[in-house]
Amino acid sequence: MKIIACIKQVPDTTEVKVDPKTHTLIRDGVPSILNPYDHYAVEECVRIKEEVGEGSVTVITMGPPQARSALLRCLALGADDAVLISDKAFAGSDTWATAYTLSLAIKKLGSFDIVFCGQQAIDGDTAQVGPELAQQLGIPQVTYVEKVEINDKHKLTIHKQTEDGYHILEAKLPILLALLPPSSFQPEHPPMSSILKAKKKPFNVWDIEILGGDKSRFGLEGSFTQVIKTYTPPPRGECEFIEHDSKEAAKKLSEILLKHEALSKR
Amino acid sequence: MNDVGIEVILDKCTGCALCVKACPFAAIKIKDKKAIIDENCTLCGSCVDICKFDAINLERPKLSDKDLSMYKDVWIFVELRNKEIKKVSMELASKAREIADTLKQKVGAVILGEKVRHFCDDIAAYGVDITYIAENENLEDYNTSNYASILTGIIMKYKPNIVLFPATHMGRDLAPRVAATLKVGLTADCTGLSIKDGLLLQTRPAFGGNIMADIISPNTRPQMATIRPNVMKIQNPDSSRKAESISIPVDLDANAMKITIKEIVNTTKSGTKSLDEADIIISGGRGIGSPENFKILEELAETINGVVGASRAAVDAGWRPRSDQVGQSGKTVSPKLYIACGISGKIQHQVGMKSSDTIIAINTDPEAPIFDIADCGIVGDLFEIIPALNEELKKNLTKG
Repeated sequence: MKIIACIKQVPDTTEVKVDPKTHTLIRDGVPSILNPYDHYAVEECVRIKEEVGEGSVTVITMGPPQARSALLRCLALGADDAVLISDKAFAGSDTWATAYTLSLAIKKLGSFDIVFCGQQAIDGDTAQVGPELAQQLGIPQVTYVEKVEINDKHKLTIHKQTEDGYHILEAKLPILLALLPPSSFQPEHPPMSSILKAKKKPFNVWDIEILGGDKSRFGLEGSFTQVIKTYTPPPRGECEFIEHDSKEAAKKLSEILLKHEALSKR
Repeated sequence: MNDVGIEVILDKCTGCALCVKACPFAAIKIKDKKAIIDENCTLCGSCVDICKFDAINLERPKLSDKDLSMYKDVWIFVELRNKEIKKVSMELASKAREIADTLKQKVGAVILGEKVRHFCDDIAAYGVDITYIAENENLEDYNTSNYASILTGIIMKYKPNIVLFPATHMGRDLAPRVAATLKVGLTADCTGLSIKDGLLLQTRPAFGGNIMADIISPNTRPQMATIRPNVMKIQNPDSSRKAESISIPVDLDANAMKITIKEIVNTTKSGTKSLDEADIIISGGRGIGSPENFKILEELAETINGVVGASRAAVDAGWRPRSDQVGQSGKTVSPKLYIACGISGKIQHQVGMKSSDTIIAINTDPEAPIFDIADCGIVGDLFEIIPALNEELKKNLTKG
């Protein structure tokens, strides 16, 4: 069972603050972490490999040289080897260009059974790279995957979240899965022994020359979308507190709600 | 045969006929043990994906400035749920109408399903001029590859300028697959759309809603985006409005499907709106204390026609199903009214509901972060306040 996990290093957006005066993002001191969705996906890859009893888990990412630490984290979680796709030419990639770059790396790695991704990354939240990558690899995809089990070596049973519950699917390999961690999932630090072991595992860095492909399709230039402006949204107003005892507060709140468009329109 | 783009490499073709099964437009036949592609081909690419021998070459032409202006009309993908048009589809139709009027173009709507023709008039009422209908028993339940191939094919044939999808589980799975096949730009989860210098200006939140970005796709067509539910305003329907209807013949082989649905499990109460479509959400967190205590939220929801959601803490405790969860590892919602009850409102919860129009918070802890983003707050005991609020509202709503 050959498994590939695509991961991303992201700023810990839960630590991002907005400067109350300038309304700009304060990025200083915001730590870079392994995208929590990907953290879970890598754990699942390792679990499945162990269940099958043979195979390998390769983690790949496209990113700056610092993204090495996110890959090392994945190796410490049990992945077998890592590829960092890094070149200045890749900077500014939109989701399609990112998927294109990853697809070249995966094709270069040879045959595979499953490509795992996190459902989305917490910085961009687009959830587009997974499906765009699956398309470029010419394989089917399942997104919003809550659970995956191997039936035999060629078939998977998948729980795919829907807005009303979930679907139980049966799928053949090869396939790309975008995983949604269980709500109780908390990324945890791997033990020191695993961190030390990770440093000895195979680690490759591929630049644009090693990767090959159509050079006009990389980075900002190869992107179909262009970000023309970024800004912070207008801040919400101050919270108005209703300071009364419960009964009176409920009455005041009901008056506010009755005037609200969501209720008055009925 | 199309004048551009697709060819069978005869040396590699084995005549295995996998592509015949995979083609949703019945455009491939086998003759003398080789595949032949006829004029029904829409360049959707299904055959390329299925071929095990790399025997089909597909090159879509690059677009020049002149070609770009050939792409006309604003399309929406119409999502259905329980054999009804989803509310978000009406929102998209209303917004598409506004954009099309600015561009002096038409609004098109694509509807896929088993028997969906009768939806034409329903969606036309929201400003649609042309509907593109593909009906097939294998389209009743959503399947990425069937839906993506057909949509790609219709887009290749009719060349719309803009295609909008709902940013739902379905839209966020389908749109990137189609965009990647067409090699066009796609912007996710837009909360704003307008026309600037003839281009679609797409506004979306990122960094957990801390930052907004304006995005364009200047050099590819169609310009594609997914749009958050509950953000665009629905225009008053005009039931006298009729749309032209174009039937798209499709031919799907269930045996060619690599992914099959074994079972559909619904965890939401039947007849209730889903969280992402609700105008009013009443969410409960750790402070609710038990699954039984959610009853007071359900009663309030019934009074004001809302839907009950939950924080991660409540889902983790097993009090509510996963499908109710709002926040980073759950759903992103933007209702008109969000009432947070017993939810402390850490950033992970906030990213899922921050774009709600009005936020009301009830919590015993005056320091709870939920109050930082609430418009109106009560520091107090929700077990006293919610039932009292429900009584007050019932009194006044039945009066009216």
